[in-house]
Amino acid sequence: MAFEIPKTSYTGKIKEVVLGKGDKAVTVGGESVYPFYLFEGEMPRLPKIAMEVYDSEPEEWAEAALEPFAGVTNDPVAWAKKCIDEYGAEMICLQLASTDPNSLDRGADEAAEVVKEVADAIDVPLIVWGTANHDKDIQVLTKVAEVCQGKNLILGPVEEGDHKRIGASAIGYNHTVVASTPIDINLAKQLNILLGNLGVPDKQIIMDPTVSGIGYGVEYCYSVMERMRMAALTQQDEKLQLPIICNVAKEVWKSKEVHLPDNEANMGDAKKRGILLEAMSAMTLLLAGGDIIVMRHPEAIKLVKEMLADLTA
Amino acid sequence: MALTGIQIFKLLPKTNCGDCGVPTCLAFAMNLAAGKAELSACPHVSEEAKEQLAEASAPPIRSVTIGTGDAAVKVGGETVMFRHEKRFENPPALAVLVSDTMSDTDVDGRLQRFKELRYERVGLSLRPELVAVQGDDATKFAALVGKVTKNSDGGIVLISTNPDVLAAGLKECADKKPLLYGATKDNLDAVANLAKENSCPIGVKASNLEEAAELTTKLTEAGLNDIVIDPGSRTVRQAFEDEVIIRNAALAAKFRPLGFPTITFPGEMTDNPMKEAMIASVFVAKYAGMIVLSDFYGESLFPLLVERMNIYTDPQRPLATEQGIYEIGNPGDNAPVLVTTNFALTYFIVSGEIEGSKVPGYLLIMDTEGLSVMTAWAAGKFVADLIGPFVKKSSIEDKVKHRKLVIPGYAAAESGGLEEELPDWEIMVGPREAAHIPAYLKSWRP
Repeated sequence: MAFEIPKTSYTGKIKEVVLGKGDKAVTVGGESVYPFYLFEGEMPRLPKIAMEVYDSEPEEWAEAALEPFAGVTNDPVAWAKKCIDEYGAEMICLQLASTDPNSLDRGADEAAEVVKEVADAIDVPLIVWGTANHDKDIQVLTKVAEVCQGKNLILGPVEEGDHKRIGASAIGYNHTVVASTPIDINLAKQLNILLGNLGVPDKQIIMDPTVSGIGYGVEYCYSVMERMRMAALTQQDEKLQLPIICNVAKEVWKSKEVHLPDNEANMGDAKKRGILLEAMSAMTLLLAGGDIIVMRHPEAIKLVKEMLADLTA
Repeated sequence: MALTGIQIFKLLPKTNCGDCGVPTCLAFAMNLAAGKAELSACPHVSEEAKEQLAEASAPPIRSVTIGTGDAAVKVGGETVMFRHEKRFENPPALAVLVSDTMSDTDVDGRLQRFKELRYERVGLSLRPELVAVQGDDATKFAALVGKVTKNSDGGIVLISTNPDVLAAGLKECADKKPLLYGATKDNLDAVANLAKENSCPIGVKASNLEEAAELTTKLTEAGLNDIVIDPGSRTVRQAFEDEVIIRNAALAAKFRPLGFPTITFPGEMTDNPMKEAMIASVFVAKYAGMIVLSDFYGESLFPLLVERMNIYTDPQRPLATEQGIYEIGNPGDNAPVLVTTNFALTYFIVSGEIEGSKVPGYLLIMDTEGLSVMTAWAAGKFVADLIGPFVKKSSIEDKVKHRKLVIPGYAAAESGGLEEELPDWEIMVGPREAAHIPAYLKSWRP
């Protein structure tokens, strides 16, 4: 029985943003259909995975998450290189956990020095993620922007409360910013407008809608991201036509469920459970429109990459 | 095009008899228009009105029930492409596969896991619903179906393309109204007769969408409407596309022949159990009516069940947890006492952080109708004159020696009022972000 396949009428396209420099620069965005709706139009490239590296020795990580990085967790440069050389990372996300005022409260100069060492040692794009403390992020990220001038880093999270200072330094030293808002499509749009008013060009902005993993509110970011894509692709909302980044690994791996031992509470193998919670959370966010997913476990990444290949085969 | 509530109302008897379960014909009409009621609930509607209303009264994806009594599971009934447009209605039923070529150990293990792998979360029970029984040999199949009905409380899917085999299995479980799968272009009449004689739902196994539409059309012409569709795709990309196209064709184009829930088989798309779980996670979000898994493992079934609960949560009704005292890590009489709201996410995050801090404590969860701290505070549901009486009545005073109450940083404005409401208590303002709770608790002293 012949029938006509109904098609969504798309009117917009996600802008392309180039991250990093040189041969290993990575372009994200460019899609003009809902995620993986390849029968309706184009998704010119697969979403990308960035691998996490921490600037200080992780505390209280589940065994399964530490295992792949044994021997390098106290050395961000070695850690980043391992991700690239051994696990094929196309992008690194350096989490500046040490700068958290509620933790080690490491100063801006010292933190920026570590970022520079990592940036100098690798050739893939480098995302640098602060602690969402406005005062501290302003000190740290503006310093990072300065000492890494010309590297085209991706600096985040940039929120309404600190967007002027960090945004200005991103313009001055030529970096990309992560516009970060708390699970709300209108706030996301507003921050993009504010950054635009400040003079940050669209090609230097990616959006962070604030994400969480399965069991911890994934449905909220899932729907906000779907609404962002609907507005961007079918309602000509130009201010939302930007790639989306999901910094989800740290959310998944701090949950109670990944720390339970084998077979506790009928939850099976602890390592596989952690990997699947991360990979399935990432998959869910990819279906909602994620362009970059920040991930931790190499086996979770492998599963997600296979799914990306299968969905676009 | 669907009719509006008012258009439907004009066709109803307008007697407000209440026999349909709602007090007025207008209310019933509104429910019909919203896809929340079935026309068959009205015993008095005229035949011609029925015909006119048939289109408007049925949801664009038919809802199909498999099983009876407590084991009955409803799939389909969906009305939107995106959950934020309204909500997703019936979560995809999860099934474990057993077959007549498996060893007894393999079958028993699966039935055992079907029974055991169940979870509690925010007062909801998360569990798989169905056992799918596959076979090619009538005698063995009947024996296996008999075993499954005896050893499991789940609904049943009978899988065979041989009508004689299906009939043999059906004899063992017809009273359970299993899904008969699958009717193909070659066996359609025979399987349709079985479904009709036993009033069971029927699953079509097509080789593509066009064929699926042809098969369902033949079935509806034969008077069978409880249909489940397998469009036959067995690659991830094609299966994903078919799910989207089926949903879109039924909703946007009102194409009735595809307006049925679907059944998917991730185990036929990979041999790797972890990959199978990944594929299933795609179908949970994107439109499957039923997902048959080759086996169950705690490490993958738990995330799938929770993902399913998350995606199928009504966006307009936040999940809430029960009011009360939650003891975390065996707290003693000198352990800290924290109070927060009963939004499920607030509860999960705050209790997770307390647990992560390794400082045992009492978490008082107050009923704020499922609102988060900031929203509840702004709405006047998490304020001193409500928190005070709640703490007093909670019997926390019997559990701790000290009188120090930690309130969320975002409710700091209530601390003055609370000191008046709870004169014996010292009110301490905790962090605004849950992530800062561990550091706070580590330095907390009674």
